Amino acid sequence: MKEASIHGCFLFNGLLVVLILVGIFSLLVWASIPAFKEISIKEFLFSSNWNPTSYVKPSYGILSMLVSTLIVTIGAMIFAVPISIGTAAFISDIASSRVREIAKPVVEILASIPSVVIGFIGITLVGPYIAKIFHLPDGLNAINGSILLGIMALPTIISLTEDALKSVPKSYTEASLALGATKWQTIIKVRIPAAASGIIAAIMLGMGRAIGETMTVLMATGCANAMPTGLTDSVRTMTSAIAIELGEVAYGSTHYYALFAVALALFLITFAVNLTADIIFNRRSKL
Amino acid sequence: MKDRFNNITEKIGFGILTLCLIVVVLIIVVIFTNITINGHSAISWDFITKAPTDGMTKGGIMPAIVGTFLVTIITAIFSIPLGMGCAIYLNEYAKQNLFTRIIRVSIRNLAGVPSIVYGLFGVMLFVELMHMGTCVLASGLTLSLMTLPTMITASEEALKNIPMSFREGSLALGATKWQAIRTNVLPYAIPGMLTGTILGLSRAAGETAPILFTGVAFYLPYLSKGLFDQFMALPYHLYIMATQHHDIMLVRPLAYGTAMVLIVLVFMMNLGAIILRYRLRKNRKE
Repeated sequence: MKEASIHGCFLFNGLLVVLILVGIFSLLVWASIPAFKEISIKEFLFSSNWNPTSYVKPSYGILSMLVSTLIVTIGAMIFAVPISIGTAAFISDIASSRVREIAKPVVEILASIPSVVIGFIGITLVGPYIAKIFHLPDGLNAINGSILLGIMALPTIISLTEDALKSVPKSYTEASLALGATKWQTIIKVRIPAAASGIIAAIMLGMGRAIGETMTVLMATGCANAMPTGLTDSVRTMTSAIAIELGEVAYGSTHYYALFAVALALFLITFAVNLTADIIFNRRSKL
Repeated sequence: MKDRFNNITEKIGFGILTLCLIVVVLIIVVIFTNITINGHSAISWDFITKAPTDGMTKGGIMPAIVGTFLVTIITAIFSIPLGMGCAIYLNEYAKQNLFTRIIRVSIRNLAGVPSIVYGLFGVMLFVELMHMGTCVLASGLTLSLMTLPTMITASEEALKNIPMSFREGSLALGATKWQAIRTNVLPYAIPGMLTGTILGLSRAAGETAPILFTGVAFYLPYLSKGLFDQFMALPYHLYIMATQHHDIMLVRPLAYGTAMVLIVLVFMMNLGAIILRYRLRKNRKE
């Protein structure tokens, strides 16, 4: 009897995780409904005009935020993916066990730096350099955000890519070396392609993190509310729009609920990215 | 000839890979030295022990330090037991079926939910629907939901490292399943759980987005009086000093000081966890 109730307790505890995920989704949907009574879904998704505080006609289009998020995320990946794969290949295939013992905690420490500190570095250190290189009045723009988000995505991609490389069967490596390939050829032509699905999953998870990152982009991208035209434009991502506006908006207004609708869109995007990564990852482990 | 060509390519290739690691290490070194060089002069006994004064242009950051500790402790109280419980269920009780798979997929997806979305969830659930108002408890609860996936993964990893024979020995002597877990599994797994837990909490201590609308205050002239009071927090204080203050350049040294205290705090927690894990591994090998 006692055993059964203890089992029940733990079962409920496991169930709680599912409940939280479903809870987040349903609460976001529930809070977005009042917004969608006023705003058509077509306007919400395809208009680039986000101006909820207009006296004439408030507009709620998230397209410019979506594009901003996309630009910053892609920029981050261009920078983070090669470095991450290189680092992971170095740690798993070349480094001596002593270097590995040190390198892994170092990567972990990078992951532990709070996002607000990275944003601060973006303002004080990265920004001025960007301003100088591109001859801009200030360096708070999409490039700055991309660099910082790239830095933040590094640890995720590195450690998961390393796991993927580690799980490549030894026989592949040995066969390649036995055929006379050098270690370098083995890494590039055998090990990385064999780990490709794991590496893609790692990149997607890193991307998911970059899409959802708030404080860094809030501080370092300038947050101009307009459709970005280039990398040196100041951009306002979905996350930073929520962070800026929720503090100022009247409770219960359409604007208030529209911000929950933005959060819902953000949730769905990251959910899709993570789930895809998960499916890729699991398919690989079944092989 | 071909061998020599291969040799050179290999050397260049290895050089590029080494360079990648060097870039990563350099990024960390630059971040830490930049903040230390600019921040150390702001750090003094008064900076750590006094409240901000004169419209936050002078004084210290004590309320923010206390607030961060308070909210991290609340996070620990809620997320550690729930994380451990879920890990015990998954590793000790759960069978390999659809239900277990759904739980695992949920955990991985929760880990990917953006922190600002947790913040909005906290606003709706704790602040509005549960009528807590913006307070340190609502922030702590929001942060515990956010760290839960880390806690579960870390705890399960620790449980997996306990050999099956520990459980079987106890069960063979007639212990029930829970007795076996309690006496022969948990005592040996808890140190391992602790390392992951500390890492999760250090992440929570540095987060800003989830507390932004659930309880953190721009400025409080006093320390939080209880669970239903607002609080100041280091990461939010840094955000204010860096971007929202009316005279940003004047308070830049204070912002650097705050950043330094924050990264030292987080770094210490991480170092503690890394050392603890290193010792555990060594013990296991012996």
